[in-house]
Amino acid sequence: MTPPPPQTGPPLLEMRGITKRFPGVIANQDVDFDVRAGEVHTLLGENGAGKSTLMKILFGLYQPEEGEVLLRGEPIDITSPSEAIDARVGMVHQHFMLVPTMTVAENVALGIKSDRGPLTDLDAVSERIREISEAHGLAVDPDVEVWRLSVGERQRIEIVKALFRDAELLVLDEPTAVLTPQEVDDLFVILRRMTEEGRGIIFISHKLHEVMALSDRITVLRNGRVTGHTVPAETSRENLAEMMVGRAVKLSPHRPDVTPGAPRLKIRGLSVVGDRGTRAVDQVDLDVFGGEILGIAGVSGNGQRELAEVVAGLRKPEPGTSIELDGQAIDSASTRERRDLGLSYVPEERMRDGAIGDFTVSENIILVDHGSEKFSASGLLNFGAIKDHCNKLVEQFAVKTPSIETPTSSLSGGNIQKVIMARELSAGPAVLIASQPTRGVDIGSAEYIHERLVEQRDRGTATLLISEDLDEVLGLSDRIAVMFEGRVVAIVDHDDATREGIGLLMAGVFDEEPATT
Amino acid sequence: MSEFLTLTVIMATIASGIRLATPYLIAALGETVGQRSGVLNLGVDGVMQLSAFFAYWTVLETQNLILGVLAALAVGLIMGLIYAVVTVSFHATQGISGIGIFLFGLGFSDLMFQRQVGTPRPIKQLQEYGIPFLSDIPQVGPALFEHNLLTYAAFLMVPIVAWVMRSTTFGMNVRAVGENPQAADSLGVSVARTRYAAILIGNTMAAIAGAALVLQLGIFQPNLTQGLGFIAIALVYFGAWRPVGVMGGALLYGLVNATVLQWKAQGIIPRSASDIAAMAPAVLTIIALVVLAGRVRPPSALTRPFTRH
Repeated sequence: MTPPPPQTGPPLLEMRGITKRFPGVIANQDVDFDVRAGEVHTLLGENGAGKSTLMKILFGLYQPEEGEVLLRGEPIDITSPSEAIDARVGMVHQHFMLVPTMTVAENVALGIKSDRGPLTDLDAVSERIREISEAHGLAVDPDVEVWRLSVGERQRIEIVKALFRDAELLVLDEPTAVLTPQEVDDLFVILRRMTEEGRGIIFISHKLHEVMALSDRITVLRNGRVTGHTVPAETSRENLAEMMVGRAVKLSPHRPDVTPGAPRLKIRGLSVVGDRGTRAVDQVDLDVFGGEILGIAGVSGNGQRELAEVVAGLRKPEPGTSIELDGQAIDSASTRERRDLGLSYVPEERMRDGAIGDFTVSENIILVDHGSEKFSASGLLNFGAIKDHCNKLVEQFAVKTPSIETPTSSLSGGNIQKVIMARELSAGPAVLIASQPTRGVDIGSAEYIHERLVEQRDRGTATLLISEDLDEVLGLSDRIAVMFEGRVVAIVDHDDATREGIGLLMAGVFDEEPATT
Repeated sequence: MSEFLTLTVIMATIASGIRLATPYLIAALGETVGQRSGVLNLGVDGVMQLSAFFAYWTVLETQNLILGVLAALAVGLIMGLIYAVVTVSFHATQGISGIGIFLFGLGFSDLMFQRQVGTPRPIKQLQEYGIPFLSDIPQVGPALFEHNLLTYAAFLMVPIVAWVMRSTTFGMNVRAVGENPQAADSLGVSVARTRYAAILIGNTMAAIAGAALVLQLGIFQPNLTQGLGFIAIALVYFGAWRPVGVMGGALLYGLVNATVLQWKAQGIIPRSASDIAAMAPAVLTIIALVVLAGRVRPPSALTRPFTRH
């Protein structure tokens, strides 16, 4: 893609010397950032680097302590989202800002003055939505209720919402996190069309190959400060990662060759009804061998979560499901019995299912075996043994915490995940289910967690890795099973897997006869 | 018992059921608006008690029914404002705050009654008006079309509330704020203002319900409502947050109530069992709620205070 011709005159947006402090943290320190009309300017950084804070300031959700914001060369004081919208700033939030029970047209019309006074004017809104979707290639039906739509469609509505308000500057916060590779390509085409119309786009992401593909310019933030400016032609993924983290980073872990052993987890005919009352997983057969990582790729909501919960014992499967761990049937076993047989589980919702936020680090580490002889006798906790064990694990797993008595919720996402990993791996599991192990985790911790997963595999654990991050699945897995609408539609060997091939399978493009290897 | 008489009895029971349903319906419709905006108000019963007392007292002093209803309205607005400040502006837990409002209304109405009135004295009751022609229909006419103005207003409010929720920008804002306040906020809809409005609507309607109750009875006594406001909250769930459903629940409740009263009067239910029979409507509500549980989904943000970060 060719960059648009350079513009003269003031940039569309200038943020100068922005500083924003929260109690104990400097979220933004003297940040300069600008966007010209017709360009994509990427804001790159880890979680907590200050990207979101900067964008919330732009959108009027936070007020900066120092610095100024200029739009089209004019200083502007934005104190609420409605002022940002009036100034033609649009935002596509990472967590969609949609009301699922309302129709697309109602969602788009929300907050806009109606031509019919106190009455809604949804026919006119629908008409305009059709015009916008035609002009920008955003296929959207205005009369459907949002809960019926796929994630990709919901994102298109968010973009339509911004275009409906005639946004000239559009902020996209991690827009590709939930999309298939093909949907990402489609999105990029739409975004390019928008820059050609002279709109400016701020793209927030930590997916480096996407940043390289889409950006005209890149600004990197670390710990609230700008640590670099660059353009894709003058940098590389490794380079960008280093700018984000502050040191050289291995982007994909080294996977030594291991000969897989016997199947340790054997799943036959697994079906389960999901929260919506429909079948979320449909007749899945899987074998996970000792010494292998079997990755599950798929767009969120295709049954991966339910599959993991059934194996972990948190969700009841339909009759006819059989699950064996090292040859023992576990499909009707309690979670305790499963754990005693060597099952470990790193759940997707780490603060809901993985750890208790108000508990200390040490309490969370012994959460599953505080009743064992190691840590208690006659119902009394043995604090000495617990302390030794936890101190050892905290050091071994490089958990950054002031002490093992610190409340877990005050740690960063990456460190909380390390606490959970420490607990789940310290038992030397036979089978490990790892759901979204590095989602929302900083690159350094993710790198570390990946190394530990591979190390555990080398020791003979059968690992079922479920992740929406396709790079993670491709980088770690010995085999990749693709899930679509509750079924495993293909299993591909690591060496045969490509982003494009897996992406097509994730999108449901496959021969009716599922290929299994 | 002749057939004619049976029909008359049935029609009288229906008429009385509709009259009994009135306060439930008004209060539950108001609470529906509040809950659709994401605010649960457990104080409905307290608001009803206090507004019922002020309506009673005003009519007692002035003999003017309209002034009585206006006094109730004023009580509803003040109580609503207090509840909105506490739960929306200060983000207090809705459940506990609502119980506070309930206890305040219960206690303060009792106190005021003891100090200002002392012994119950009857007041002027709401007058019943027949709708021309319709009320002349034999049997059915008097049962369905001869009621007081607040009863007519209550049933007229059903399509009005449904229409406001569906077809006005205000209704759309209320729904959005009750389902996903973050989304509404990101589009420049003021969550606080919308919830204030919904709470005030809910509380003034609870107040009118209190006035309707006391003006239909023509007398006040401490704890006049006997939990009627809580039943109204249950009816919101029963009606799945839809005005027509809420109306169905209120009618069912009113009719069962009227039937129990009728059977008691006729001696069909023995005196010894009359207390147990009086529980019938409440038991029915619980059964209905259990049957409905899990089939309908409350507004996603119900009881959740909204903050930006």
